Amino acid sequence: MSESKVHFFPSEPLVALLGNPNCGKTALFNLLTGSRQKVANYSGVTVERKEGRLTLNTQKVIRILDLPGAYSLYPRSLDERVTCNVLHGNAEGEKRPDLVLCVLNAMNLRRNLRLVLAAKRLGLPCIVILNMVDVAQRQGLKVDAKALSKELGLPVVSTIGIQSHGADELKQYLSDLDWKNLSALRSSDIDEGIESSRDHSAHTELDNVQVQQILHNLHLDHITPDRLSDRLDAVLLHPVLGPIILAVVLFFIFQAVFSWAVLPMEAIESAVDWLGGLLTQLLPNNWLRSLLIDGVLAGAGGVLIFLPQILILYFFILILEESGYLPRAAYLLDRLMGKVGLSGRSFIPLLSSFACAIPGIMATRSISSARDRLVTILIAPMMTCSARLPVYALLISAFIPERKLWAGLDLQGLVLFLLYVAGIVGAMAVAWVLKYFTSEKFRLNALMMELPSYHLPRLGNLAIGLWQRAEIFLRRVGGIILIMTVCLWALSSFPLPPENATGAAIQYSIAGMMGQALAVVFEPIGFNWQISIALVPGMAAREVVVSSLATVYALSSSSVDAADALVPLISKGWSLATALSLLAWFVFAPQCLSTIAAVKRETGGWKIPIVMLSYLFALAYLAAFITFRVASYFGLA
Amino acid sequence: MNLHEILPGIRGRVKRIAALGDQHEDVRGQLEDIGFLPGERIEVLRKGLLGQGPILVRVGSSTFALRESEAQLIEVEPLEV
Repeated sequence: MSESKVHFFPSEPLVALLGNPNCGKTALFNLLTGSRQKVANYSGVTVERKEGRLTLNTQKVIRILDLPGAYSLYPRSLDERVTCNVLHGNAEGEKRPDLVLCVLNAMNLRRNLRLVLAAKRLGLPCIVILNMVDVAQRQGLKVDAKALSKELGLPVVSTIGIQSHGADELKQYLSDLDWKNLSALRSSDIDEGIESSRDHSAHTELDNVQVQQILHNLHLDHITPDRLSDRLDAVLLHPVLGPIILAVVLFFIFQAVFSWAVLPMEAIESAVDWLGGLLTQLLPNNWLRSLLIDGVLAGAGGVLIFLPQILILYFFILILEESGYLPRAAYLLDRLMGKVGLSGRSFIPLLSSFACAIPGIMATRSISSARDRLVTILIAPMMTCSARLPVYALLISAFIPERKLWAGLDLQGLVLFLLYVAGIVGAMAVAWVLKYFTSEKFRLNALMMELPSYHLPRLGNLAIGLWQRAEIFLRRVGGIILIMTVCLWALSSFPLPPENATGAAIQYSIAGMMGQALAVVFEPIGFNWQISIALVPGMAAREVVVSSLATVYALSSSSVDAADALVPLISKGWSLATALSLLAWFVFAPQCLSTIAAVKRETGGWKIPIVMLSYLFALAYLAAFITFRVASYFGLA
Repeated sequence: MNLHEILPGIRGRVKRIAALGDQHEDVRGQLEDIGFLPGERIEVLRKGLLGQGPILVRVGSSTFALRESEAQLIEVEPLEV
């Protein structure tokens, strides 16, 4: 017996935005829906699903869906597959759109028009949106919307996507539409089902002839150079200057992430402290107070503190993306990445993994080569995510002396930098090794990346992008991390120590017993039982390790104070070899369940996450072992 | 002449994309999707240092970065400027 899922959909009409990448679709979406949008994932895959609401002049509300950009309706990447599935009504949890808005970049009609012809064949009611007409006009391209509408047999509305009043005409058009009867906008030339490969090339050729004809009829059959972008590219993509500029840009970004975040991080810190103090005063000393202060506040608060760093990094990534520089950075790095069997496309996901591996892994969805995507997912956790920072900071301040080296460089900063480099080098080495383990047929990795014209980033789009990142992060803090810290609190608080106990209470708890068992495994790499215990909750999220160490060392303040008070304790208690070994461990260890969960969701099974877990653990153990032995040899144990 | 042999600054027109068996079928389709179709105008904008690295090529009015291995598949005829 087969069971079919029953879905309930909101009653409002669903309007899908379809278009090539870089056609200004998302800017238009932001204009139409503004703050009334939400981001989620399509069920089964981590492609982002952006939906927003638009209230028409008639007070009618419609739902607008921003589909991932596609060059054709013959899917080649995960992004394009999602777009196709939605348009065919095959996407889980999504009804077939009632209306498709085909967004055309007026600058690039030839390629864009082919997508419109493909969309027409699907038999869905279509409206063509002619976007960026102002830019085209400045370049001397006048597109006659009426003539185009006649050629296509579909209504054409002109918009200026990047200006706030640019969408007014479209809003008016949608308000005037007869939503009860949209079938008038449907083409008679219908072609059902997912296009097969052969159909696709046949259509491509026919469509091309038709597009040539349309462009000829509209007198648009000539090439237009993009002078501004060409002039900028002459500098930014210069074979010698280009890489230098890129290095400076990246250096500046990392510098900003650390220095700009100091104030907001301190503010969050003191807010959490203040709340902890308040709770201590208000509540009697019982398990509930311990749960709230040592569990919820210490755990979630300790993670929340990284929000400023993540947002600052994203602020820059969004600017680079909006301005059109990011694909150019990928272009510059393609040769370097090619050496380890990846393409420049992997650069963007790896860059965002420095904030957090989860959005980085999600960003791999635009990589069309399945092999490249998998390798990028596998190495993304090695990019030093911001959750490693508190652990690094704690150990560095406890063990590395504050000493100035030459040229204003200090030793502690240098060690931190080396830890970042170790992650990158490790990731590249793994990618290089994987080059020899993937079968020949997956080796074909094409770059084929579009470099859009340069644009000035718009504040509105930046704000929306940042808010969406913050929301995703906060949901994670409120979800899995909160649950994990509460579980950890329970594991390390129960069972209670016996009456005549001499050691710290945690030694008698479940977590304590687990740690003592694990200590046997970790003894060869120099970890004591306290570290071993901390690694257990650290599985949930790395940053929890600091607060766990604090708990283990029988401190009951919040994680922030704990970090300060821990420094003298561990610098007395551990050898330098142990500290270095723990640092090496954290460069590689897969200490975050949310990442594993993201990989599982993204690759659609347990195989890849298990491969990732095992190889990262092996690598971490090996690195820590070597570090510990070498350090011991030099008498640091 | 194939695209990878064209020097920066030279304009041309796509003649066809070589059919090189099933393995390349997907690459061929992808090239067609992004605009490398017979009759389309192209211009090689730049190559990497010492002619290495991806080629920057304008097709129609969009700009793409292609690796040499893909550029080899595209047959073009140079146009007089």
